[in-house]
Amino acid sequence: MIANPSAAAAERPPIVTLAGVGKTFDNGTEALAGVDLSVGRGEFLSLLGPSGCGKSTILRLVAGLDEPTTGVIDWHDGVAGRAAQRARNVGFVFQEPTLMPWAKVFENVWLPLRLKGVSRADAGPRIMAALESVGLADFATSYPRELSGGMKMRVSIARALATEPSVLLMDEPFAALDEITRFRLNDDLLHLWAEKAWTIVFVTHSVFESVYLSTRIAVMTGRPGHVATEVVVDEPSPRTAAFRTSAHYGEIASATSAALHEAMGE
Amino acid sequence: MSAAAPPARSREARRRRLDKWLRIGLPFAVLAALVVGWDFVVTANEIPTYILPRPGLVVWTIVADFGVLGPSLLNTLLITLLALALATIGGVALAIALTQSRIVEYSFFPIAVVLQVTPIVAIFPLINIYVGNDLAKLLICAWIVAFFPILSNTTLGLNSADRNLRDLYRLYGASRWQTLRYLQLPAAMPYFLGGLRIAGGLALIGAVVAEFVAGASGFGTGLASRIIESGYRLNIPRLFAALVLISATGILIYVSLSVLSNRILGKWHESAMDRGRR
Repeated sequence: MIANPSAAAAERPPIVTLAGVGKTFDNGTEALAGVDLSVGRGEFLSLLGPSGCGKSTILRLVAGLDEPTTGVIDWHDGVAGRAAQRARNVGFVFQEPTLMPWAKVFENVWLPLRLKGVSRADAGPRIMAALESVGLADFATSYPRELSGGMKMRVSIARALATEPSVLLMDEPFAALDEITRFRLNDDLLHLWAEKAWTIVFVTHSVFESVYLSTRIAVMTGRPGHVATEVVVDEPSPRTAAFRTSAHYGEIASATSAALHEAMGE
Repeated sequence: MSAAAPPARSREARRRRLDKWLRIGLPFAVLAALVVGWDFVVTANEIPTYILPRPGLVVWTIVADFGVLGPSLLNTLLITLLALALATIGGVALAIALTQSRIVEYSFFPIAVVLQVTPIVAIFPLINIYVGNDLAKLLICAWIVAFFPILSNTTLGLNSADRNLRDLYRLYGASRWQTLRYLQLPAAMPYFLGGLRIAGGLALIGAVVAEFVAGASGFGTGLASRIIESGYRLNIPRLFAALVLISATGILIYVSLSVLSNRILGKWHESAMDRGRR
């Protein structure tokens, strides 16, 4: 299952490539050094590693929220510069739902489109479709505080979904949720991924979550953060709860876990 | 549905109703007790009217002297509300300017602090000399006192928008104006309204203090001048009447601003939510 990961990744044309990327913060902390990573179109890539290994920093760099100190981030879409950032349409889902408490669910999902100048009327069908796909169409006029933690997270996903992003970056989106809710949202996410043909980069510190969701796992370690090894999960889509209890799942999970421990021990 | 559910719910509802009545009823009950106690002390000790009038007489004076007190009340109220409106416009505008540019913040915030920490009573003689128009004098004075809480609270609010939300706005390429309008201003609303409530009381204080200081120089048509005038004439019932009217004005302003605040924040902010629903 770890059969030549780079070859497996090469099957998909890359959408963004990180080459020799390092990030040193103003206070001197070296968060990342020499990160080489390629994200293939349509793949579900997980960044797996312990806290503080720079997983989230990679997402922020890819999103353009921070600039790398060294190395380059190459987008293979032929556009460059600041204008490209808008056109590129990267979606971001934070660990917290990050909703505006003063705005109703509908307005929260409308936000990215609103910022691009799409009127309420024009955005309406897309917003409702996004809410529909996360099962919250009936809650469009609710305020975030009226929703449960899992529902807020769904709204957050719907918001990212409404823009039909070319790449969806998710920073431990389900870490704060209980296991039952997390499993359900995992399934929902896989379903959406299969349906919309998204490219997803998913940060997690859970081996099991990464194996269940991903087509490929980049195992990371810290001080400074870098990609230690990659694991390809060759289980075909669609994956169901049956996969979660299968022997194959157990094999990949234990291999991934071993890779992680080896990387942390190095 | 279990049999135990309905009684539990009605007990909860009854408790909440009781709580509501206590919250409204208790302050009035205490106030009534104080007034009765006041009346009792005056009659029992036969305190003369020119030292402490009976509460009934104060109320009667408000009615009887309304020809004099009414216009004064209107004047004080006018200055207070005008000053509050100007303080709101000035405070919010300056807060937005401060948060848009570090240069502006560094340049002007210290000056705002200087205005705030210098006692208005000490500045007023200067304003009295420089400004000719009587209304303008009082207005400037009340404005200086009222604008700082709005400025400082709104500045705090504009800067306290959630970090992730700021990132999200940046990610989706929001302009400065969009970030201000859709993120910072709503996020600042609870802070601003808190500042406004303080400013409402301060505007009244500013208006009254200014008139007190100015009163010596001979003009004045507000409630403060009525108080000074009544003091000189030992017309204590009228002094009390003016005092009660000032107090009532302050309470009215506070209550109106609280209602406004709850109206605006009721749907989403912790401070305005019904306790029973949490």
